[in-house]
Amino acid sequence: MPKEAVRRKLGTGVLNRGDRLFFGITSAASYFAFILVALILVFLIAQAFPALKDQGLAFVYGSTWEVTPEKAVMQIGPMLYGSVLIALLGVLLATPMAIATAYLIVFILPKSPAKLATNLIDLLAALPSVIIGLWGVLVFTPIAQGWADFLHKNLGWIPLFATDKGTTSLNSSPFIAGWIVAVMIVPIITSVTREIFSQFDRELINGALALGATRWTVFRRVILPTASGGITGGVLLGLGRAIGETVAIYYVLQLSMKINFFQILEPRGGAIASWILSRFGEATEAEFHGLMAAGLVIFITTLVINLIANIIVNRAQPWRK
Amino acid sequence: MTISPVAAELRSEDVSVWFGERQVLKDVNLTFRANRVTALIGPSGCGKSTFLRTLNRMHELIPSAGLAGSILLDGKDIYDPSVNPVDVRMEIGMVFQKPNPFPTMSIRDNVLSGLKLSGLRVDNKDELLETSLKRASIWNEVKDRLGEPATALSGGQQQRLCIARSLAMNPKVLLMDEPCSALDPGSTRRIEATIEELSESMTIVIVTHNMQQAQRVSHETAFFLADENTPGGVVEFGSTEQVFGQPIDERTNDYVNGHFG
Repeated sequence: MPKEAVRRKLGTGVLNRGDRLFFGITSAASYFAFILVALILVFLIAQAFPALKDQGLAFVYGSTWEVTPEKAVMQIGPMLYGSVLIALLGVLLATPMAIATAYLIVFILPKSPAKLATNLIDLLAALPSVIIGLWGVLVFTPIAQGWADFLHKNLGWIPLFATDKGTTSLNSSPFIAGWIVAVMIVPIITSVTREIFSQFDRELINGALALGATRWTVFRRVILPTASGGITGGVLLGLGRAIGETVAIYYVLQLSMKINFFQILEPRGGAIASWILSRFGEATEAEFHGLMAAGLVIFITTLVINLIANIIVNRAQPWRK
Repeated sequence: MTISPVAAELRSEDVSVWFGERQVLKDVNLTFRANRVTALIGPSGCGKSTFLRTLNRMHELIPSAGLAGSILLDGKDIYDPSVNPVDVRMEIGMVFQKPNPFPTMSIRDNVLSGLKLSGLRVDNKDELLETSLKRASIWNEVKDRLGEPATALSGGQQQRLCIARSLAMNPKVLLMDEPCSALDPGSTRRIEATIEELSESMTIVIVTHNMQQAQRVSHETAFFLADENTPGGVVEFGSTEQVFGQPIDERTNDYVNGHFG
């Protein structure tokens, strides 16, 4: 009679002391990061609770913010919407720039100019956002206003580029804020994309060229589809930063509780983080809780976007097990 | 679309090659006759793969690459200033050492990828797909799974898929750079059988480190050698039978009999 095979327990045995220490430290570090995020979330929920209980669900979609000593109506709708709109605008503007830059650095430029370009772009990432905000309002706004005028004049019949009656100067708009955000996230997306491009399998490129591909068709049909998952990851990193961006937008955008859906040239928009910044200094007790609730909303929005992003990235690469 | 490939004669005249200041090949004169399989053999570093890449202008994609001499496809210089390198690569296909199917594409799309990459149009894609896969002897294995990703195939199948991909462009010449070096003996045998069939409709140049393979598949053999610190070149070129059976040069004799390399 054949003997029944007894399965042994695997993964047992003596662990080297160094390994034990290493394992302990790494798990402690990862737990620490996790616990920190959890604690922040708990703090936000606790602080936001009074306001959310008071305001109800309208806090998220309503568009009134009136705080008096007697009564506080706090609703964040236009700011939440504005945050997402500006972040999307920023990503839309930044992504092609970043991909083009990364392509240039990895595939076209000789070594030393490529290194220089890489360093310059990394330097851009190191600039404090307050500097970018000041540059945005002093230098960039007058320039971008010219672009906005051009778009409005020539393409004003498209609702996207229309403005309210009586609007004369096209500054402090989501359009300009979008550009500023784009400047801030281009380095992130470029650096991720550059990394992906530089690890790209040259044999695939050679294979395509040997079939009679041009530089453009190699990029379009081979490099871009293969790298798209990774690039999307970079874009989402950028999106995360764009949604939380505070000071720079605060400088260049006219915050308004009158919601601006898609007239991106209109000098009126929203951004939750900037709103918190603008109100925090003089906030009453009740308003403080309202602003904390706004913070919670941003936190959750970022979380949801990351979640959706993960699903997209995983679906985009069926060949990757 | 009917496949009516016209094999062409390919000839190198006084081809010398540089990487930067370093010359790696000197005065290579070889004629690859139409419908023949020519094997390029020689120890590593002798320049045979480099030479192969000059034959369809893949060589010049390396930034410091230099070249002298000419490559004639049916008498026409492929390095002539009036020639578009993209057109050259469509007429002279290439199969690489490591199978390199496009990972984002299905089996079907891989075979037809050359059309998209070069902007060519054909009327009957399905026919071209089937013909190309049949010529690469892989049709029976993949005909029921054409929509699956190419990476789901085994290494040997992937290499035959890459051959099919080249064949879909209907090349006059097919260059193969050690196409079996990453494959098991079974897959190697099948690719060798494919090479034999393909030679009926095209000219084939194959780089190989495998002496038995060279003897099995090729009609002619060129032996490349580079002495220390000197550029590589052709030591001996003749019918495969002669090069292996009665080599004229002593160095060829030593190499084919495994005394060095």
